[in-house]
Amino acid sequence: MTEATLVEAVGLALACAMEDDETVLLLGEDIGVDGGVFRATADLIARFGAGRVMDTPLSESLFAGLAVGLGAQGFRPVVEYQFMGFIYPAIDQILNHAGRLRNRTRGRLTCPLVIRAPFGGGIHAPEHHSESMEALFAHIPGIRVVIPSSPARAYGLLLAAIRDPDPVVFLEPKRIYRALKEDIADDGIAAPLDQCFTLRAGRDMTLVTWGAMVVETLAAAEILAAEGVEAEVIDVATLKPLDMAAILSSVERTGRCVIVHEAPLSGGVGAEIAAGLANRGLVNLLAPVQRVAGYDTVMPLPRLETDYMPTEERILRTARRVLAYA
Amino acid sequence: MTQIASFTIEHTRFLDPKGQATQALPAFAQNREALIDLYKAMVLTRTFDAKAVSLQRTGRLGTYASSLGQEAVPVGTAAAMRAEDVFLPSFREQGGQILRGVRMTEILLYWGGDERGSDFAGPREDFPICIPVGTHAPHAAGVARAFQLRGEARVAVCVFGDGATSRGDVYEAMNFAGVQNLPVVFVVNNNLWAISVPRSRQTAAETLAQKGIAAGIPGMQVDGNDVIAVRHAVGLAIERARAGKGPALVEALTYRLSDHTTADDASRYRDDAEVSARWKEEPISRLRQYLIESETWTKAEEETLIADCAAQVEAAVSEYLATPPLPPTAMFDHLYAVLPTALAEQRAEVEEASES
Repeated sequence: MTEATLVEAVGLALACAMEDDETVLLLGEDIGVDGGVFRATADLIARFGAGRVMDTPLSESLFAGLAVGLGAQGFRPVVEYQFMGFIYPAIDQILNHAGRLRNRTRGRLTCPLVIRAPFGGGIHAPEHHSESMEALFAHIPGIRVVIPSSPARAYGLLLAAIRDPDPVVFLEPKRIYRALKEDIADDGIAAPLDQCFTLRAGRDMTLVTWGAMVVETLAAAEILAAEGVEAEVIDVATLKPLDMAAILSSVERTGRCVIVHEAPLSGGVGAEIAAGLANRGLVNLLAPVQRVAGYDTVMPLPRLETDYMPTEERILRTARRVLAYA
Repeated sequence: MTQIASFTIEHTRFLDPKGQATQALPAFAQNREALIDLYKAMVLTRTFDAKAVSLQRTGRLGTYASSLGQEAVPVGTAAAMRAEDVFLPSFREQGGQILRGVRMTEILLYWGGDERGSDFAGPREDFPICIPVGTHAPHAAGVARAFQLRGEARVAVCVFGDGATSRGDVYEAMNFAGVQNLPVVFVVNNNLWAISVPRSRQTAAETLAQKGIAAGIPGMQVDGNDVIAVRHAVGLAIERARAGKGPALVEALTYRLSDHTTADDASRYRDDAEVSARWKEEPISRLRQYLIESETWTKAEEETLIADCAAQVEAAVSEYLATPPLPPTAMFDHLYAVLPTALAEQRAEVEEASES
């Protein structure tokens, strides 16, 4: 057992995967001697060498494309982007190549790669360092989008992502990189992809969220519990493909649902979940599905950052409105 | 002031447009059979292109990009490769693909709208064609990095057009290849036109070859209508890379005698007179002339070759036209290694629709 923060759990998973499988290798800016801007790859270059832990030039489109070439040749590259704000040049590679290479060659060439990037606001970072653009990736066919929300899930889900034979965009909620520690067995056991995690059972309403918003959502659920309302909290974890069955099953029991995400409201993954509930869960709904999300604004610089992000209060306000709906 | 860097770009040509040797031919070209193989591959490519265009015009093929007039670049490039090397073409290098064992039926299937056209039975590790311009240059660097990590004496060979050299991906790939000393060769198939934008408006750089210099890798230019020059220069670059001496950029100067694709009408932006003049430089007649004048190629051999190419292409066309489409559910078959449960419903919908 090792006590680890979320970012340390990422490092443990990377080391474990590299130990188990020599085709796993890391690419990215400053991931070598520097250990990455958030230290996720600290000490890995000393352990595995510069061949497997490679500092790349400042070429964000290149790394994803390199990973496509390495993946087609049987390696399992794990690419680090320093911040989600710098990943966008790579969307060309992810959308036009990684997500379609298996399909367009009928399985002849594949892309077992992982693209890691910290995302989200709340750490008073400079401009371009705080957005939550996961929906951009969740729209892309042929890939997975995975977001952990605790050290243990970061460890298990990253191992699963690396072992998965298809491309995975693995987005790490940097606001909670060091927010809490958990015991990690470091036993190499992966967590399941394509499945939601129920973090708290409840019969009165379902709160659906992912990433750092799990913290505010669980806190809101505790306050509701003190008021006699038992909220079920679901961590979606894999946003693409979406485990709608788990959410439908929960809402079938509770009849009420609030979706919480930091990303802008319109076209967010919350819209997909709400549509899924409207399509297949309407008869079970006792109240309209509501979303608590970031606004459709440009992510503000740090002075207004907290005004943008969903808070425990906003979640509670919306939850109470949904509970009050006759 | 001190000059701290300088460079030169060499241009190589062995055969002029009239098929006259301008200098002693390289060793490989002393072999009659080797030259005839190059000639045959170019004639086959031209025959195939002509047929593909006619299939498109008669509604039996989708949009197609002919390589008319540029056959020497992919053929010379692929001829310089070993079977175990990996080819990463753009979308006008069918001559090289065919030489490497991609079946003409597969190329027709691809442009006819069937993914099976990229499941090459022959060169299993070669990349499918790349339509987003220049985005495959990083893949070539990745493939070369894989060879380097495994200590394999193999080379990745990536071909892109003149327009691609304006893209960041191409520079990023060359820069990385240079800094990591990767076994990769980049070939610019410079046909002087990026759809309607001429080379003169693509960049102020005097040559495209010199774009390698900024990335710290050697750049050279060849007459891309002289298949001997292409085969020679790309061959030297490949063997240099194989020997661990790093990447190179070869600019092959050619000309696109066709429209950009069958969906394009180049007469809207290009003078016919320019095209007519360029016909005098095309690669097949110059090698034929050389072969005839060196008395190694007879009229009878030419006639046999033309008949043979036509027969090969016809056989490929028949096989293509006789290939039924995949069932609609095939769009789910290779989306992921295992179809996620979340997609089962969509697949079932397609299956149901296709059965009714």
